[in-house]
Amino acid sequence: MVSVAPYLVAAWLLAVGLWGAITSRHLVHMVLSLGVAQASTYVLLLAIGYRNGATAPIYGDVKPGVPTVDPVVQALTLTDVVVEATVTAVLLALTVQAHRRFGTADPDRLGALRG
Amino acid sequence: MSRRARTVLALAALGALAGLLTWAVTGLPGSGHPPGPNARRVPLLLARERHVANAVNGVTYDLRAADSLGEELILFAAALGAAVLLRTRGRRRSAGAGEHSAATSGALRAFGAALVAPLIVLGSYLVAHGQLTPGGGFQGGVVLAAVVLLVYAAGQQARLRRMKAQPAADVVEAAGAAAFALVGLGGIVFVGALLANFLSYGSLGALLSGGTVPLLSVVTGVEVTGGVALIMLEFMVGEW
Repeated sequence: MVSVAPYLVAAWLLAVGLWGAITSRHLVHMVLSLGVAQASTYVLLLAIGYRNGATAPIYGDVKPGVPTVDPVVQALTLTDVVVEATVTAVLLALTVQAHRRFGTADPDRLGALRG
Repeated sequence: MSRRARTVLALAALGALAGLLTWAVTGLPGSGHPPGPNARRVPLLLARERHVANAVNGVTYDLRAADSLGEELILFAAALGAAVLLRTRGRRRSAGAGEHSAATSGALRAFGAALVAPLIVLGSYLVAHGQLTPGGGFQGGVVLAAVVLLVYAAGQQARLRRMKAQPAADVVEAAGAAAFALVGLGGIVFVGALLANFLSYGSLGALLSGGTVPLLSVVTGVEVTGGVALIMLEFMVGEW
């Protein structure tokens, strides 16, 4: 049971993030909820690559051959973090525009599309 | 749809999703025992054949360097998109902005100014030692971009404007992205494959080890510094 606990944390983060996005009353809150949902992928990736009793995959203090955790999923997580940061930036810029156009950041009160 | 109906629907859907995910993960190999051979082989391959001590950056800038090129371009496009969206904001804020905003305390200004130099050193260290220690171009670039945030927090918007920080960030970002692409083309010219390593591997643990890995780490640091700084400047300062 303990060995699947990180996966359950990832599932929990995904569900909580989606819940926050669905029930959101402010666009900034919605963007951050999306960030929470995406954090589940970090937990999932790192959990897949984790090895019990292993060190970080960096041969500074330890010699090559010492068991390490999987560096490939860590690099994927790095990509994931960068994409999340850029998506957040663009979504927040869109939020600024929406607020300027409609005078509100409540998703329920954003009007229909206007030309 | 009313909020109540939406809440009920969301609870049902998320409950079902959580149930399915829980069922799915019980079938996965348990965390702590990575199933494939990569966890063992990739760090050894990078250390013995590429002389890269930090396997994470070895993957990022060598084995998966083509993906990192795409990642760079994602950041480039996102900074471009944020700039396009925010620069139409009208000119209300540009006129009459003072030298300092009145709310900035003297202590904040002093600390902000004092932290700029150490932050630049830390960011440069992270960027330059990506092949040896935790860090690398993306991480160090964000630290370097935070310098702009410090200057802003210290209430020096007018100084940022005088320094032409925004056009400078434009140029730095574009130069970093172009340099990454040029290193990739160098692989085609000298070796015959995109982003192939065409420099000497050096010896494991030396500053100049790993061939193009430290080079790509540095150009990524330049690109990320420019991109993140540009995004922050667009949000903070708006129309110039």
